[in-house]
Amino acid sequence: MAEREQIRKPAPSPREQSVEESPPASERGSDIKAQLDDLLDEIDEVLETNAEDFVKSYIQKGGE
Amino acid sequence: MAVPKMLGLETEYGIVHRGASEPNPISASSLLINAYLIAHGHAPEPGRAAVGWDFTDETPGNDARGGAPAGSLAPEIETHLVNAVLTNGARYYVDHAHPELSTPECADAHSVVLYDRAAELIAARSMEAVRRLLPPDEEIVVYKNNSDGKGNSYGCHENYLVSRAVPFSRIVTHATAHFVTRQIYCGAGKLGTETPGMRLDEAGYQISQRADFIEEEVGLETTLKRPIVNTRDEPHADAAKYRRLHVIVGDANMSQVATFLKVGTTALVMALTEDDAMPREFRFAAPVAALRQVSRDLQLRQPLELADGTTITALGVQWELLAAARTYVEQRGADAAGGEVARRVLARWEDVLGGLERDPATLAGQIDWVAKLRLLDGFRDRHGLDFEDARLRALDIQYHDLRPDRSLAARAGLETLVDEAAAVRAMTEPPPDTRAYFRGRCLQKFAAEVVAANWDSIVFDVGEGSLRRVSMTEPARGTVAHVGDMFDECGSAMELLRRLGSAGA
Repeated sequence: MAEREQIRKPAPSPREQSVEESPPASERGSDIKAQLDDLLDEIDEVLETNAEDFVKSYIQKGGE
Repeated sequence: MAVPKMLGLETEYGIVHRGASEPNPISASSLLINAYLIAHGHAPEPGRAAVGWDFTDETPGNDARGGAPAGSLAPEIETHLVNAVLTNGARYYVDHAHPELSTPECADAHSVVLYDRAAELIAARSMEAVRRLLPPDEEIVVYKNNSDGKGNSYGCHENYLVSRAVPFSRIVTHATAHFVTRQIYCGAGKLGTETPGMRLDEAGYQISQRADFIEEEVGLETTLKRPIVNTRDEPHADAAKYRRLHVIVGDANMSQVATFLKVGTTALVMALTEDDAMPREFRFAAPVAALRQVSRDLQLRQPLELADGTTITALGVQWELLAAARTYVEQRGADAAGGEVARRVLARWEDVLGGLERDPATLAGQIDWVAKLRLLDGFRDRHGLDFEDARLRALDIQYHDLRPDRSLAARAGLETLVDEAAAVRAMTEPPPDTRAYFRGRCLQKFAAEVVAANWDSIVFDVGEGSLRRVSMTEPARGTVAHVGDMFDECGSAMELLRRLGSAGA
């Protein structure tokens, strides 16, 4: 189903749009995007190389 | 009257022995902990074990409701595995098939965050220490999460000292309201679902790691049929005065803000409960279903059904609990919930609820489930991945990796509340303001004479033929203010015992 494909997407809240701090929203937006890009670069570097095997072998016993 | 909240966390970590031909999580956990104890001087002489845990006072089968219902399974105590007491007053041990670290008793939420961070550092040092003992192609890795994504869960338990005078049913009512709804800021986030009978991919992403594993409203179990409110009645303190609320419903948090709020808000809710200061009760029509519903509602907008037929959102409940806590602190002060720190909890609680209401995405630097979701969404977009892609599941697990060079949480830009140098000190120094100070100083100074220790006593062998047990049933006694000078002045355990005998700890 289509909605399962999407991990999430919170609706932008109306109040968020009226926040009027500097810098302008577009600049701030590109800042945030650049930060996320750097972060994703790092994840590309450190993420388990064989994800499939890693996930399959991550088996724990129940605890507590 | 609300008693000052003594607080603590018990975290079971996920463990992987990479490169081992037949990995065994129990021996890997033992190896990990022993490697740390040896490398960091907790095993004083070769051939002599670290100071061990004393089980004589453990009664995990006691039920807070009085007689336990038939069919309840009391947890078993395993005594043959590694079980050490550290100089910071913590307990580091193997529980079932996991390494577990219990923080020392802490007097406020900030102290809990400090000792929880110290526990992460201890885990990281343990991994380094064991790496030096293993062949180069093997490694033992520790994860601070609560599920393997395949239906197996392990816990991060919380403890709160409360007055014995409070009727347990009142605790159940208010604790349930809080636990069902607080996940909106203390959930650690999880891809998929592990609810029995549901396919793994039936829930895309959910707020809580634990909600899938909670099946009962109230009960004694911790390993199956897990309840929202656990009834283990084992105060580790004067049982005539105290209860210890043992909480098993929560997630382990990577975010310090989330840990701060999880523990700080719950301490406040308990203080209000003890003083009967809650303006209203929230009784859910179906608490377990509500808990799972909240975990899946990423927009935080779904109404939860109450037993009286009305509805309220999780945010709505949290706003009301915050307002009640604020009034309580204004009228009666914050002494019972951590003093000045409780006021900081109130301020942060309000900020975070406001952020969640406007747009949860604004809290990616504070709240685990939001931080992890941002990474998952970003990574998925960048590589055009299907929801089913193993790399997303690997990312979910690796968010909780405690190796500094691999941890994704450590890279996610999460705000920190404690100074890293203070956390390093907290690996070996006890908190000054609880009885953990007494335990920690005994271990620092007189480890050779300490035979065993547990939460409420320490056993000495000073060579007089019989062992001497020092009882610590008052968790707020034995602080630096009470016994700091005594430790500085005593040159031997014998002298300490003599002075305690005349003064009392």
